[in-house]
Order: sequence, then structure tokens, then C-alpha cells
Amino acid sequence: MSFLELKNITKRYGPLTAVGDVSLSVAKGEFVSLLGPSGCGKTTTLQMIAGFVEPSAGTIRLDGRDITRAKANSRGLGIVFQSYALFPHMTVFDNVSFGLEMQRVARAERRPRVEEALALVHLSPYAKRYPRELSGGQRQRVALARALVIRPPVLLLDEPLSNLDAKLREAMQFELREIQRKVGTTTVMVTHDQAEAFSISDRVVVMEAGRITQIDQPYRIYEHPETEFISRFVGKTNLLPGRVAAARDGGATVSLAGIAVDVAAPGLSAGETVTLCIRPEKLRLTAPADGLLAGRVADRFFLGSQWLYHVDGPLGTVMVVTPNDGTPPVEAGAPVGLDWTASVVRVHRGALAEAPDPALEMAV
Amino acid sequence: MSASASQALPDDEAPERRVRSAPLILSAPAALLFAALVLTPLLLTALLSFNQFDYATGRTGGFTLEHYLSVLTDGYYLEIFLRTFRVSALATAICVVVGVPEAYILSRMSNPWRSVFLLVVLAPLLVSVVVRAFGWSMLLGPEGPVNGAMMALGFGRTRLLYTEGTVIVALVHVMLPFMVIPVWTSLQKLDPAVEQAALSFGASRATAIVRVVAPQILPGILSGSLIVFGLSASAFAIPGLLGGRRLKMVATVVYDQYLSDLNWPMGAAVAVLLLAANLIIMLTYHRLVEGHYRRRLG
Repeated sequence: MSFLELKNITKRYGPLTAVGDVSLSVAKGEFVSLLGPSGCGKTTTLQMIAGFVEPSAGTIRLDGRDITRAKANSRGLGIVFQSYALFPHMTVFDNVSFGLEMQRVARAERRPRVEEALALVHLSPYAKRYPRELSGGQRQRVALARALVIRPPVLLLDEPLSNLDAKLREAMQFELREIQRKVGTTTVMVTHDQAEAFSISDRVVVMEAGRITQIDQPYRIYEHPETEFISRFVGKTNLLPGRVAAARDGGATVSLAGIAVDVAAPGLSAGETVTLCIRPEKLRLTAPADGLLAGRVADRFFLGSQWLYHVDGPLGTVMVVTPNDGTPPVEAGAPVGLDWTASVVRVHRGALAEAPDPALEMAV
Repeated sequence: MSASASQALPDDEAPERRVRSAPLILSAPAALLFAALVLTPLLLTALLSFNQFDYATGRTGGFTLEHYLSVLTDGYYLEIFLRTFRVSALATAICVVVGVPEAYILSRMSNPWRSVFLLVVLAPLLVSVVVRAFGWSMLLGPEGPVNGAMMALGFGRTRLLYTEGTVIVALVHVMLPFMVIPVWTSLQKLDPAVEQAALSFGASRATAIVRVVAPQILPGILSGSLIVFGLSASAFAIPGLLGGRRLKMVATVVYDQYLSDLNWPMGAAVAVLLLAANLIIMLTYHRLVEGHYRRRLG
């Protein structure tokens, strides 16, 4: 039973299609993230749900009611803006109270509800301050309290954490999720940060160039990316071009630069061009003679909890990530072996599209 | 890091001294110009206002407060001062009522229309005030098109020139850009999401403007009204040409004292009093309005 439903939503600006044929249904109480690089149409989609942008085609239903052409101020949704958009001339209390005032909630009832919302975001002592007297994280919480106090059917978050520093962002992620669980509000969040989307969403919607490319649980998207774009955009990955040497029931042997690799992917036929995706953390470093491949460590990077190695071998440079478990890392220049199990290899049909887009690499 | 820090130390003092004197040096040309062209004449006017005057011999030097006393005790001057501030206040109020929505609508337009209309708003500044005042007097004169239309409609000939209303209308026409520009500037600084936020919480567009947009552009409205009031209260061409001899304002009285009565000290005293009254009114207004938003908007 879907609570919020987008059906074939399209937005065109002249000849440009910002959002094309997007369909999505969100269940009550669910936390869904729209994830994609900038310009993929995720914010436009959110703005159409909010009512700030009118779709060129398609319908939006909220709890069975068609709200496609409804005015923004009649939808009653709670929105947290990327810039927070707090009212700078009002105190924190008045900011939060504003939505209730607009809903004509009686003054006597407003006070306890505002106080409850401020308590939820741990801002009770700051009720009398003005937004400019608060830190970024505190402003973000005011924006959240202001959106939640009206008990909206749907909470919309537009890049809510992108203006916070890394440490605070991580803390706020978990707090956001905890608050969302507590109040049980159906939530749609827009983000370009995959870690943010993965850690707090029930489901993630990956968008690319105005279209949805995959909707799934975060773990499934990470482990089973449906397109090469997703495997590149979501996390780090090694993309290896190859050709199917022999197909058999439920699997195949792929030849990569003269090396035969077994994969567990059904439905391939011999002679087909394929791209293999192997996540760097699924690769294991072994003694030079023990692995499926032999190589040499070209470079290594210390990431704190992990080590990232660039290993040169017959397949070019391959990324390997190993946990920093306290054992001494492999030195640069040392010969190593690479090993993996057949089940961790994902196969995309077709050749490698092009060199990875540097902008996407940045987003990762 | 440490190497560059120790290297920076010996040089540190010299640039700092240079930096400290930089504001003085840089603002000196403007300060000198201001002192030579504004402060000196003001000071001379103030000194002149204390000179004695005799109709037979003209200005005779010496020191007297008689001009101030006669201005402050004479009902004739009092009426002219009150009229001047009433006309200026009304012109300012109308400029706020017309100019603020105008700036808001302008800021909501998209290009190219926005540029076109901004040019339309500012274009009057390119035409001399005197030319515009003559334009009004032709338009509103006894043989002008407005009177022609009124007669055709059977209202009869109406005296439009030399009335307070006409002076106010013409002042609004001249001053409107000075209201639109500061308000427009503060609207440019406004985060458009703030208005969207108000709408998303169920506010009507009118409520969003009154409760959320207007308080944030208050500084712009404040500076706009200070400019408009100050320029209106000391305006000369508009009251001179459209108010005429019948409807005197302070600036025209000063002119008359200097050039008709040749009573320079009296004219100077009136001018000094206008400046003082203007300053008091504007500072009070500024304090009142600014106190209202200082803590909120910083």
C-alpha cells in the first residue's frame, strides 16, 4: 500500500527534460533517499512533491489524494531546505511555531507542541535565540523541528546535511534516522552523498540524467548494482573488460586479458563482451603464488580504518581495500597475489562505456 | 611550517604598519573633497546666520541671535516648516507604499523583462528634475490635458497647480527610484527558499510577504525612506516650480531670503534650522526602526 506515489512524473524546461518518466511509490513510515550526482533531477523531483515546481506530465498521489496540481501551501508537507531557510527575524520558538500558527492551532496548544518538537531535537534551551546566534548544526535541528512540529504526512529533506562539517554530518545522520523512527514520519531525502543515503534509508532511489536507474535497499544496491554507472557512482569499484570464453548453466568463464575467471552469472553466451565489477574490499591480498592473479603493490594509502592499495598486474591497476586489523601493511613495491571468490564478481553486459567521469569519482 | 613562520616574523611589523595607515590614506581624497565642498560652506553658512542685518546697509557682521529668534517665534515660518515636513512625510509614505511592492515584483520577474523594467524605473533619473517639474506643470496647468479632460467630463476647471497634493505627487515621481533601489538591493540578498518555506508551512502568499519577506527587507525600506525624506525636505525645484509663491516650502523660503530680500543671515538661519530639524527627524526615525531589527538581523 503506497502512501506517496509518483506516477510517470516528467518535467521539461523547453527542450530540456530535467526529470523523465519517474515512478516511485513510498510506503507509510518509510525513509527513501533520492541519490544521484548533481543535475540528475533529484531536487526537481523533490520540488514537484513539495509543490514548488509543477510537473509537465504524470501524477502525484498522497494518501490516495491527487496533489499533482495542488498549491504548495495546501499540501501540508514538512520541508527541510538545503539552506535551512529559517526565518532570520524570528526566534527559534517563533520559527517552530510558525507552521502551527498557519494551521490555526490555538495558542494554548501551540506552546507544548513547540516545546515537544524542540526537545526532540535537543534544542529546548535555545528557544529564545535568533537563528544567527546558532551554529550550523543547531540551525539544521531548528529546520527539522520546524518541519516536524506540524505533524506532516511526509517529511521532505533537501540535502539536509550538506552544509555541515564531516564529523557533525555523521552524527546528524544517525540522529535524523533516530528521530524519524521515533515520530514515524514518511520521509523522502535528496542527497548526492551515498554514505548518507545508505546509512539511514530503508530504500535508495538512484537517479541518473533525470531517470531512475535502480530502486532497492542500500545493501542490495551496493552489492548488486544494475548498471555500470551505479557501480561506479556508489562506492569504489574495479571495472575489468572481458569476453565470455565459455558459458554453462548458472555461470560462465570470462577471459580477461588472457586470464580465465569464473563468474556466477546466468544467461551469458560465449563470445559476448562483458565488464566485470569487483569491489576493492572483496579482493584479498595473498602471497604471490597463492592468488588467482599475481601483481605488485604500486602505491598504498592509509584511510584510518582501512588500507587502500593500488596493485599493478596483468589487468592494469586494481584497487584493493583491506581492513586495518593491526597487522603490518604490505610495503609499496612488494609482489602480492590477488584472490577472490566467484560469487563476489558482478557482470555487466557490454563494453566499458568510457573512462570514469572525474566528477563522479569526486562524488564517491 | 615552522620555517615559514620564523621567516614571516621579522617582516611582520612593517606590513602591519602599512596596513594600519592604509585606510587613512585611501579615504583621504574623499575626506578632503567632503571637507572642502560640504563642510566649509556649511560652516560659513552657520557663521553667516549669526551676523547682524540691516535693510539699509545689508549685512553688517557682528553677532546676534535675532534671526533664529524671529524664525522660531514667527507663525509664518512655523507653518512653512510644518508644511515642508508634512509634504515630505507623505511623499515618503507614498514612496514606501508604491516602491516596496514595485521592487518586490521587479525581483520576482525573470530576465529580460526584469532588466527592461528596472531601466524603466531608473530612467527618470536621467532627465533633469527641472524638466520633469515643467512637464508636470504643463500636464496639470489650467490649459493642460488633465484639466481639458476634467472639463470634457463636466467637472469644470480645477486648480491643480500650486497645491500640496501636486507637490507631493511630483516629489513621489522624482523620489521613487531612491526607494526602489535600496529595497531591491535587500531583496537580492534574500534567500528565495525562505519564502518557499513559509508557503510550505501553509502560509498564503500575502502572509508570507508580510510575515517573512517584509521584516527582512526593513533595512532597505529604512534607508530608502531616509533618502526620500531627506531629499524631499530640502527639495527646491519641485516646490519652487509646482508650489510657486503661493505654497512656500523651507528651501524656497531660503532662496527668497537670499535673492529677493537679500537678507543673507536670515536665509542662512532658516537653512541651518532646516538641517538641524532634518537631522533630528531622520536620526529619531533611524533609531526607532533600527532598534526594531538590530538584534534579529544583526
